[in-house]
Amino acid sequence: MASTDTTPSPVLEKTTAADVGAGLDALDAVVTQRTPLTTVLRQKALPPLVAVALVLGVWQLAFSLELTDEYKLPSPGMVWAALADLWAQGTLFSIIWTSLWRGLSGFVAAVIIGTPIGLLVAQVKPVRAAIGPILSGLQSLPSVAWVPAAVIWLGVNSSTMYAVILLGAVPSVANGLVAGIDQVPPLLLRSGRTMGATGLARARHVLLPGALPGYLAGLKQGWAFSWRSLMAAELIAASPDLGVGLGRFLENQREFNDMSGVLLGIILILIVGVAIDLLFFSPLERRVLRNRGLLVSNR
Amino acid sequence: MTTALTTSESAASVGVLDRAPAVRISHVHKSFGRPGAATHVLDDITLDVAPGEFVTLLGASGCGKSTLLNLVAGLDKPSAGSIELPGHRPALMFQEHALFPWLTAGKNIELALRLGGTPKAERRAEAERLLDLVRLNGAHGKRVHELSGGMRQRVALARALAQGSDVLLMDEPFAALDAITRDVLHDELTRIWAEQKLTVLFVTHNVREAVRLAQRVVLLSSRPGRVAKEWRIDLPQPRRIESAGVADLSIEITDELRGEIRRHGQH
Repeated sequence: MASTDTTPSPVLEKTTAADVGAGLDALDAVVTQRTPLTTVLRQKALPPLVAVALVLGVWQLAFSLELTDEYKLPSPGMVWAALADLWAQGTLFSIIWTSLWRGLSGFVAAVIIGTPIGLLVAQVKPVRAAIGPILSGLQSLPSVAWVPAAVIWLGVNSSTMYAVILLGAVPSVANGLVAGIDQVPPLLLRSGRTMGATGLARARHVLLPGALPGYLAGLKQGWAFSWRSLMAAELIAASPDLGVGLGRFLENQREFNDMSGVLLGIILILIVGVAIDLLFFSPLERRVLRNRGLLVSNR
Repeated sequence: MTTALTTSESAASVGVLDRAPAVRISHVHKSFGRPGAATHVLDDITLDVAPGEFVTLLGASGCGKSTLLNLVAGLDKPSAGSIELPGHRPALMFQEHALFPWLTAGKNIELALRLGGTPKAERRAEAERLLDLVRLNGAHGKRVHELSGGMRQRVALARALAQGSDVLLMDEPFAALDAITRDVLHDELTRIWAEQKLTVLFVTHNVREAVRLAQRVVLLSSRPGRVAKEWRIDLPQPRRIESAGVADLSIEITDELRGEIRRHGQH
């Protein structure tokens, strides 16, 4: 049963294990490097700028060749003049702000409502069975479809706008959180349990941080949906009470048959949507992913 | 009871069996599935682990060694029999590091301390001390993905120690590492086990690893898992995995293990 060793193994000095270990650590160390700013600018900022310049070039060319009537296709310069006009009238920022404020406050409300719904759906099985499919279904229903109903129920006012934003964004936020929680690896849940993380401590230290990447993706999509549905609602519902937002501005210019103004409206809507994503969601998402080693390369 | 560890006695000494066990597994059965159509995974396992003892559970796949470890960890309940641990909830280490990727190495350890009730003011220093113990001083602020596989397992070991338990359960913790790194971690684990006077229950399918580390090797048969045979190992620590003593006993145990596996092909 017992075994005795006649030639005792050479005594391994303490320092040997430490030295070999230190050597291994140095050899195995994962090299992570941040790409220098100039490279980031060259690789990520330059191509889209070139693309925009190209589009402008083709646009100008089409105008110069007089491919179609001027009232159908104004030049980039004429759109720029329309922008300068708005600036001179002093209404540019109030138009943007009217829509942006609505969009952001509606989105924040959607986050406040969607987050607990997501937690409930992810954690309570009967709730998931009952409203999980409805949430997914709502996500694929364009929330513009709610505008006629909202107008009848709530009238042409801000409530209609907020209702449409919420119907667009809440399912995305809730579904994002559900997906995020579902994707937390079971091993991490087990290791949390062995450390004694149960109940609230489990939600706070394991579930929510683990679900963050999926949740952020849901927030991002929620913003895109709220912005989109808000613009549609502004286009459809007209009332002096609502003030002039970007969607209304766009529709007004169409009524005046002012194509430069219409194009300006489209471009402004696009810029605001992209700007919120670029300035807020993308950096947040990148930071979260990089901290977890999920953003391997910037290339 | 488990706190009755005498400091004068080295944990590596053999006379540890006369004290109350740190882990007492009595007549444990475990089945999965519906009654009637259940799979019998563990069959009447009885095993005592003395305080400060290092025991490896060895077996082929299907012997239920990980299931047994989960039962001891309290992650699952036995179908029959009892498991007693007089001390603190045991710490468990997995084959994967299972560190939280959203925290730094140090914060992972501090979270274990926090969940274990260590006051906030002491956590940082205690985490540094534990990182020191696994020779990762200076790694407190490192992200998990910035560490190598061996370093991650050492952080996981430090986190397990942070739970403040005398009993450490290890489920093939070095199986995914390369041989050189595994060798170094064997040395480190042996050192820390002796220094900290830990009770270790270590699951592996690697015979040499089992012999390299343990004071006692317990061989489990497969489907259902039963205790097939035990060996007490008196070779002095730290051992070399290449040494003749380790090799001789490994051959003996491997033969026994193959015998157990062969029985399954015969009907």
